[in-house]
Amino acid sequence: MTETKRVLETGIEIRPQYTQEDIKGLDPEKDIGSPGEYPYTRGIHKSMYRDRLWSMRQYSGFGTPKDSNQRYKYLLGQGQTGLSVALDLPTQMGLDPDDSMSLGEVGRVGVSISTLNNMETLFEGLPLDSITTSFTINATASMLLAMYLCVAEKQGVPFEKIGGTIQNDILKEYVARGAWIYPPDFSLRLIVDTIEYCTKHVPRFNPISIAGAHFKDAGCTCVQEAAFTLADAIEYIEAVLDRGLDIDEFAPRLSFYFYTHNNFFEEIAKYRAMRKLWAKYLRERFNAKNPRSWLFRFGVVCGGSTLMPQQPEVNTTRVAYQALASVLGGVQSMFTCAWDEPFSIPTEENARLALRTQQVLGFETGVVDTPDPLGGSYFVESLTKEMEDKIVELIEKIESRGGMVKSITEGFVQRQIMQEALKKEKRISSGEAAVVGVNRFTIDEEERELTLHEYDENVAKEQIESLNKTRSIRDNGKVEKHLKQLRAVAKSDENLMPYLIEAFKDYVSLGEVCRVFKEEFGTFQQPTVI
Amino acid sequence: MTAERKIRILIASPGLDGHDRGAKVVAYALRDSGMDVIYLGIHRTTEEIVIAALEEDVDFVGLSMLSGAHMILTEQILKMMEKYQIGDIPLVIGGTIPKKDVTRLKELGVAFVFPTQTPLDKIISALKEYN
Repeated sequence: MTETKRVLETGIEIRPQYTQEDIKGLDPEKDIGSPGEYPYTRGIHKSMYRDRLWSMRQYSGFGTPKDSNQRYKYLLGQGQTGLSVALDLPTQMGLDPDDSMSLGEVGRVGVSISTLNNMETLFEGLPLDSITTSFTINATASMLLAMYLCVAEKQGVPFEKIGGTIQNDILKEYVARGAWIYPPDFSLRLIVDTIEYCTKHVPRFNPISIAGAHFKDAGCTCVQEAAFTLADAIEYIEAVLDRGLDIDEFAPRLSFYFYTHNNFFEEIAKYRAMRKLWAKYLRERFNAKNPRSWLFRFGVVCGGSTLMPQQPEVNTTRVAYQALASVLGGVQSMFTCAWDEPFSIPTEENARLALRTQQVLGFETGVVDTPDPLGGSYFVESLTKEMEDKIVELIEKIESRGGMVKSITEGFVQRQIMQEALKKEKRISSGEAAVVGVNRFTIDEEERELTLHEYDENVAKEQIESLNKTRSIRDNGKVEKHLKQLRAVAKSDENLMPYLIEAFKDYVSLGEVCRVFKEEFGTFQQPTVI
Repeated sequence: MTAERKIRILIASPGLDGHDRGAKVVAYALRDSGMDVIYLGIHRTTEEIVIAALEEDVDFVGLSMLSGAHMILTEQILKMMEKYQIGDIPLVIGGTIPKKDVTRLKELGVAFVFPTQTPLDKIISALKEYN
């Protein structure tokens, strides 16, 4: 009987055995090195988790700002170490809750924020100098950051003490998640505005988290996830350099976000390869001098499209292995999905179990006791190098096509991902790819009833009432002035951030601001890929 | 429908949700199985979808919804289909649909509900066998 070949989705074949022969082409210093030293293959810190564990940051938010504020306080009380805010779709798309397109979506997949009033409630009793907050927000990231800064000011916290992250990565939205508003030019301008503003005024804040996660969850391979993300990062860096900033002024605050899926060693090798490549790009291509600019800092989410509705409790096991792979890959911040997330946002109990999964890893298993425990493994080092070569090959292909913006507007990236997604679906349908509970070890679940988080139908009404109340007590003359000014500044070269902050202080709504920009710059038109 | 005529299906995502992996994968699979697929993409209003269904003379309207807003959006599209007098075209819903909502959607008049992880073959044969 011939043995079945073991081939990763990226086409890398796993050999029956790995020996010294497999790593003889690698230079122990230049390719592998030591933790905390260039090229950082083994991690960005010398002692990694011995000094400090990764941030445990569970993505969370739903309903009214008050509902979410309570969930945050609960999670912090359970030992979570940072906040990660989920916004509802109207907020992500720059629409107020009373917009006709917001129907059915207000407070559903995240919290609803349309005025500063909402943001104040969201962080009530949460001093912004003692927590860091990550916002999964893109098209409207500059506006949400502006509102967050308004809250800081009201709490009396200086901007220099504010820490956190906005995702602020529009390019992947055009490809994979669809939460876009404006065309690439104006979107990139908003992103550069936030990076420039943070560099000068909010130095501890990460103004962008360049995300591969969404490519991955849309169906691509680990190599594509890495290559598309790094190619996006190159576009952003070039846009900021064009604004006139020096690479070492902003590169240390660039951060990344990925999905860790099921193939354990492939995921570990992916992170090690990207860390090394990033350091090389920053140092050699962009001539960054500050070693902090070379550091590839990343967060992950474990779960996503690997979570299955069949025998859903099994998802906890999947997520635990993914979390272990992330830690062995050197992660800085992690969100572990709850097992009921294929159905809805998690119940409080399931959200707690998901957090406990990370805590067991960090506090019980001992995997944190020494940095990069897999360093030097014949298999892991060899796979890291193979992944690196394939990632570089794809980045070069994208650059030869004119870069990421061009590859996206032409639909090239979307097609690449769709082909993989379709292959994956067919492999699962045919049983070639094993999915426990789906095409292996199935049980009859017809009669099972799960207790799930229920969407509160009153949220939309409450949010619309709150918005109407704000509109009736604010100075509407000032609102008009702000909107006129924002329109003018948007057409100029000036940074929009200070004007957004001033506008939100006078309770201009998110939808009002976004409408003005839409009138000036239009919206993105999706290329046809089918 | 006659034997020569290919099955025509419109696929779209109504509302604000931008997750289109499922819609696209199903669109590709239906096309590969010999159907004519009109893919309208994401961020569509219910009226845009219904007008497209009318103009394209489709046999099925397929909607993908993952955000949880499927009940209200389905009610809205059914009303819109009545308004444009195409209430007889079977409506097919896919996405993140909890079990209890599968029943509720069928009570509203939805022909098929395919929650995530429904095998592609099952979707193809269900549509082909429908008459």
